[in-house]
Amino acid sequence: MDMISSLLRRPATPSILSLIGVLVFYVIFGGVDLDRLSGAASWVNYAARIGIVALPVALLMISGEIDISIGAMIPAGAMTTAIIAGHYGLPMGVAILGALAIGVVVGLFNGILATRTSVPTLIITLGTLVAMQGIVLAGSKLLTGGASVPLTSPAWAKTIFGDFIFGGSHQVVILWWVVLTAVFWFLAHLSKYGNWIFAMGGDKVSARNAGIPVDLITILLFVGTATSASFVGMCHAILFNSAQVSGGMNDIFNIVVSVVVGGVLLTGGFGSIIGVFVGTITFAIVIKGIDFTAIDRNWANLIIGVMLLAAVAMNETFRKKAMTAVTKKKKG
Amino acid sequence: MSATTPVIELRNVDKSFGPIDVLHEISLKVRAGEVLCLLGDNGAGKSTLIKTLAGVHAPTRGEILVDGEPVTFSGPKDAQNRGIATVHQFGGTYPLMSVGRNFFMGEEPTIGFGPFKIFDRKTANKIAVEEVQKMGITRITDGDRLVGGLSGGERQSLAIARAVYFGARVLILDEPTAALGVKQAAHVLRIVNEAKRRGLAVIFITHQVMHAMTVGDHFAVLIRGAIAADFRKGEKTREEITDLMAGGETMADLEASIEGYMETHDGHAPQMNTAG
Repeated sequence: MDMISSLLRRPATPSILSLIGVLVFYVIFGGVDLDRLSGAASWVNYAARIGIVALPVALLMISGEIDISIGAMIPAGAMTTAIIAGHYGLPMGVAILGALAIGVVVGLFNGILATRTSVPTLIITLGTLVAMQGIVLAGSKLLTGGASVPLTSPAWAKTIFGDFIFGGSHQVVILWWVVLTAVFWFLAHLSKYGNWIFAMGGDKVSARNAGIPVDLITILLFVGTATSASFVGMCHAILFNSAQVSGGMNDIFNIVVSVVVGGVLLTGGFGSIIGVFVGTITFAIVIKGIDFTAIDRNWANLIIGVMLLAAVAMNETFRKKAMTAVTKKKKG
Repeated sequence: MSATTPVIELRNVDKSFGPIDVLHEISLKVRAGEVLCLLGDNGAGKSTLIKTLAGVHAPTRGEILVDGEPVTFSGPKDAQNRGIATVHQFGGTYPLMSVGRNFFMGEEPTIGFGPFKIFDRKTANKIAVEEVQKMGITRITDGDRLVGGLSGGERQSLAIARAVYFGARVLILDEPTAALGVKQAAHVLRIVNEAKRRGLAVIFITHQVMHAMTVGDHFAVLIRGAIAADFRKGEKTREEITDLMAGGETMADLEASIEGYMETHDGHAPQMNTAG
């Protein structure tokens, strides 16, 4: 009983329950074959794509801010890579640096605006989202005359960023995702910097009073979200040998939903990397795993919606649970 | 007057924001092991005074002395480094974080080396629990417990214990008892006494005269940004202090306001049921 109640207070628990719930639902109502599902690459590839961005977004949301410009940064990263390496034929190394640099620049812009003004970051990043969509579309038209650019990548770039692994259809970004999850887990839960990020989401004024460099960390977190998004775009351009201008609106919601299903509070100050990892898997299984069920895939969005509402309700309950005393019955 | 130098002293400090004068000629001093109670109604300039003491605002005129030496704080961090810690009414604690992590916020103990330094949870929890227990809060036994599950008084006490542990010599308490019930307030007052016993200089800001009289050695009443009265323990009665704080209001209003204060302290209400 004690174990259960302490388990119920862990921030990753709602996401694990969601995952179990979705799997049970798919098995009972969709007749899904779990062996085939776990061996399938489609949902893992998808999870890796959104998961790499979900990790820094989770940290940012824990710190009490949000970044929706990531939606424009994925195509921006892809287009930058394709324009530099494909259209202009410059070395791939330059293209990779260019793609990451555009992430850093937009991240710095978001972060500096967020710390210098009192405008909510939802609005700031909405601005950069739309602005970047414009820049990417108009820029690629101007430079290449089209909205789709092909490129060829050298073997090393393919191997590191855009290849299939295990001899099947799993993409190499899966490894990036797993490694980054470990790095972010360390950062958030073991290093002192994680402590600071949680504190910023809990009470920004007190965090500042405690000597935490709140502004610097906020800026770095924005650089993290934008750069990871352009990184994902870059990997895709290398994998598919082309890049297209797209809105990327879906990615925003998918990533934020994964983070929330992963147990991160919308108000900040609470959440876990393991939870976000599981939340991303859950989300990917709902979207891509539905193809393995007898359920019509158009129902997937309904499931996502229900899951999101359930996750928010659960997060709230868990937060309240976490706040109530555990030690009441303990003696000695 | 006394042989020991005050830990912190203000001499004729003025503070204005543009054309608006908020503080006039404030002079006060606090010695180690002494509690100075700053009393004042809302809008009397208490917050500005706290911020000036804590290094947030620089005085427009006058000087601040720490250990008898004139100083200019470059910012709140500078004041903290000189041992001046401020504990705000609701501030300083993060409800969704553990006691250990709260206690060591910004000063985390780590183990390991290079980029692999990890937060030393065990040590942090152990020290945090020991320190708050030493301050007399025995209900906190588990350093992993989330602070949100503690009572308001315990959270205040945790913030004070933290300041004391990290070497504060001047403790500025901003309305620590304002939002608390009687029992909780008593808790915090005990911690204030403990801090005093350990030789800290305490500046206790409140508008609750009863609480001030319980722990104060020295009192200053702030009215419209100026010190209207300055006296030591036992020199004035509660009614006189309340009268001073209200600063020229009619007796009837005053009685009504006393009643208001006392209602929040059952058992201490004065026998006055006729407010008009």
